[in-house]
Amino acid sequence: MRSDAVVLTVAFGYLALLFVIAAWGDRRAEQGRSLIGSPTVYALSIAVYCTAWTFYGSVGRATQFGPSFLLIYLGPTLAMLLAPFLIRKMVRIASAQRITSIADFISARYGKSSSLGALVALIALIGITPYIALQLKAITVSHAVLVNYPEAAELRLADEPFWADKSFWVALVLAVFIILFGTRHLDASERHEGMVAAIAFESLVKLAAFLSVGVFTLFVLFAGPGDLFGRVAASPELAGRLGLDAVPGGATGWVGMLVLAFLAFLALPRQFQVLVVENVDERHLARASWLFPLYLVAINLFVIPIAMAGLLLAGDAADPDSFVLTLPLSADLEGLPLLVFIGGLSAATSMVIVETIALSTMVSNQLVMPLLLRTRRLHRGGRGELAGWLLGIRRVAIVLILLLGYLYHALIGDAYSLVTIGLVSFAAACQFAPAMLIGMYWRGATRNGAALGLIAGTLVWAWTLLIPGFAQSGWLDAGFLEQGPWGLAWLRPYALFGLEGWDIYTHALLWSLTANVGLLVGVSLFSRQSPLEQTQAALFTEAMHPHLLQTSLWHGQTSRGELRALLDRYLGAAATARIFADQDGEAPGDERPAAPALIARAEQALSGALGNASARVLINSVVRGEALDLESILSILDTTSETLEVNRRLEQQSQELARTSEELRAANERLRELDRLKDEFVAMVSHELRTPLTSIRAFAEILRDSQALPEEKRAHFLEVVVKESQRLSRLIEEILDLARLESGRLTLDPQRLDLVALARHSVDAVHHMQEDRGVALEVAIAPQAAPVVGDPDRLEQVIINLLDNAGKFADEGEPRVRLSLVRHKDHYRLAVEDNGPGIAAEERERVFEKFHQIQRPGESPEKRRGRPSGSGLGLPISRGIVAHLGGRLWVEEAPHLGGACLVMELPEAPAS
Amino acid sequence: MLNTPRRGERLLALIVLAAVLFSPPLVLVFDRPATGPSWLPLYLFAAWGLVIALAAWLLEGPSGPRE
Repeated sequence: MRSDAVVLTVAFGYLALLFVIAAWGDRRAEQGRSLIGSPTVYALSIAVYCTAWTFYGSVGRATQFGPSFLLIYLGPTLAMLLAPFLIRKMVRIASAQRITSIADFISARYGKSSSLGALVALIALIGITPYIALQLKAITVSHAVLVNYPEAAELRLADEPFWADKSFWVALVLAVFIILFGTRHLDASERHEGMVAAIAFESLVKLAAFLSVGVFTLFVLFAGPGDLFGRVAASPELAGRLGLDAVPGGATGWVGMLVLAFLAFLALPRQFQVLVVENVDERHLARASWLFPLYLVAINLFVIPIAMAGLLLAGDAADPDSFVLTLPLSADLEGLPLLVFIGGLSAATSMVIVETIALSTMVSNQLVMPLLLRTRRLHRGGRGELAGWLLGIRRVAIVLILLLGYLYHALIGDAYSLVTIGLVSFAAACQFAPAMLIGMYWRGATRNGAALGLIAGTLVWAWTLLIPGFAQSGWLDAGFLEQGPWGLAWLRPYALFGLEGWDIYTHALLWSLTANVGLLVGVSLFSRQSPLEQTQAALFTEAMHPHLLQTSLWHGQTSRGELRALLDRYLGAAATARIFADQDGEAPGDERPAAPALIARAEQALSGALGNASARVLINSVVRGEALDLESILSILDTTSETLEVNRRLEQQSQELARTSEELRAANERLRELDRLKDEFVAMVSHELRTPLTSIRAFAEILRDSQALPEEKRAHFLEVVVKESQRLSRLIEEILDLARLESGRLTLDPQRLDLVALARHSVDAVHHMQEDRGVALEVAIAPQAAPVVGDPDRLEQVIINLLDNAGKFADEGEPRVRLSLVRHKDHYRLAVEDNGPGIAAEERERVFEKFHQIQRPGESPEKRRGRPSGSGLGLPISRGIVAHLGGRLWVEEAPHLGGACLVMELPEAPAS
Repeated sequence: MLNTPRRGERLLALIVLAAVLFSPPLVLVFDRPATGPSWLPLYLFAAWGLVIALAAWLLEGPSGPRE
């Protein structure tokens, strides 16, 4: 089954499937039902980070350098955690400026400088092409391993002509794929939906393939992790490979690799492509920032088991980069090795596809286009002709980049192991990070600083990594590695300035980034920005401000006709019509001046297609006068940020103000309420005092004026006068009590007393009076003694008041009152209930209000006259007294007699 | 995504935590025993999983705005 025919059919069948998926994705996008509008697909497309280098090389690296391979994935994990801050800002800038690639991004930040863009594109081309070669090499090698096993793969590779090399044909098919799905639109800042859908699918395939080998190794070749690691532990030589000792450079190398992977993840052209350019919706970042790290964990989970299993079963002689394939092959399986091969193929092709699109866009927009524009000959081109040219350039670039990658692979690829090429490329991509990241947060970074930093960093990178690599491939005399060039020992590539003992990548990263950042910052501090640079710097650093630059800032003059002709030439008629379409409802008059907003849209559209440096050149060619009012942009940006700050402070202050005034309002409300209560109280007191006073006065006048009154009547009147006087003095006494209570001047004489005895005493005191009224008084006192702390006179006053009230409100026909005393937890409860109509639930608290008189239902005030009425102060005073003694007084449903029940609760006195 | 300031602060704290977990002083602590397989890979996967779980909880949790 491992015959060449089967393998080729499966491999090219898989590529055909990619075409189908991509075509489907593009079809869906045209219908407006995007396949890739989900955060999960976005996260999967970021997984293009895991190339063939991950698929085959991680195991190789794990066998040699222990857990250090994990750092390549821990760095991106840190970067993705930062995504909601960092990448979100990049996405926002890119969509506002129609950024097409990382070269475009850096060029736009530093004043739309075409030379800087070209520099970045060139460095990317030099640094990344080997990485593409590495993917092609992985395809060739894995195919050879698959077909030749158990023969060693390399034996036959060297003699083959290029047309027998499968990776050559794969590269050709990929070129067709990329041309079909990567250059559909002229606007490179637009998404390639079909391509992204295919990439996401490939991410699933490689993950599934790798997990399959892992599970097979761990559970079929070995009896689970315990078995495998038991055997590893038994071999001291293997066990030592899992620790930090195996990591080159030790702790320093560890940190260096972490930083390298972190920066490379953000600055690799293909990662910029999927993270920023192909981002559909910045809200997808939240999901991706944990889902993508999770993907990384999954794809790395079995690397160590496979590496250890390979070493145990095949030994050091076998090529560890191929363990993923040779392990299932050694078990004489047929299907699994093929799946693994497809997994590796998917990892390689996805990387090649995205990287080639990113590089070809850079080459066409940053390298070729500015050159063509400079020749001026192009300006005479006909309608839409240049749009065709541009796509043509991009397509040629795609083929050339793939060819270059293939040549690199064919000519010098054999000298490097997989991992080495990958890390050299990473270190090259890291050179973009300072210009990009510092430029996003420091407004003062200038074009000269960025350019010099980039050049210096790249030169150091070349000297410390690239050239020594060539030397080790046998292209150069390797002597200078040991002695230094011309015998200058301090220039040795792997020990620059005598820094020895570091691993080569950390060493290269340290020196290249030091040169890069040092020059970027140093030169920026001593050079001036052009106005356009200042504007762009402000737009980049302030990108997260809401409502930034809604207004159009174009002030140059041009006619609509000229603008239309320009767009026509470069973008074609359809795109031009779209730009003009939303703009004018009115008749298209080509002589009229173009509106500033239209000019801005035209430049944006050109930026998306040509890169913003070229777009700027083109717009300037038709717009007269200063096209962009830079001064006003800067002042608006400055005021925007200042205004935002001032606004924030103002808002804070006004919130405080609102809170204070709310408090004041509440206090005022309370004061008014108290005032009202006081007035009411005074009115009630006067009223209550006047009633007995009036009757006293009336009877006294009768006695004075009517001398002829019979004796018994006179005696009755005197009796009334005495009674009313008593009532008056009682009332005054109560009012005084209340006043003392409320002002806190009530003097109580708390002492230990027995509530049982007190209750009985009170019952005796009112017994006589109750009998007179015909009230049946029941007493149910449960405890033998009830020690409480209280003022005996006052408490007796309360109890009598309760009994008196109950008697008044008991049933008229057969009045009954019941006094009970029970212990409740560490309190005593004295309850007085009656069989009257009771008190409605909503009235229960109101009976404790001053002068509150309960109206019996259906009873007129006249009818009440015969009954003893109270002042309405008894209960408020009782409650005040009980509260003073640490107890409570409340109303509830009478449990036995069905009327009202007043309960007094007092805490038990502590044992003396 | 980061609508509330607390969310932003928490995420920043998580990033610092991840950076500390993945870097030498702690990494050295787990690189033992001297003989036999090192605990380091196991520790790295555990720390990695923890960081991802916290990030998922923070960014997808019920307190967050589901946009």
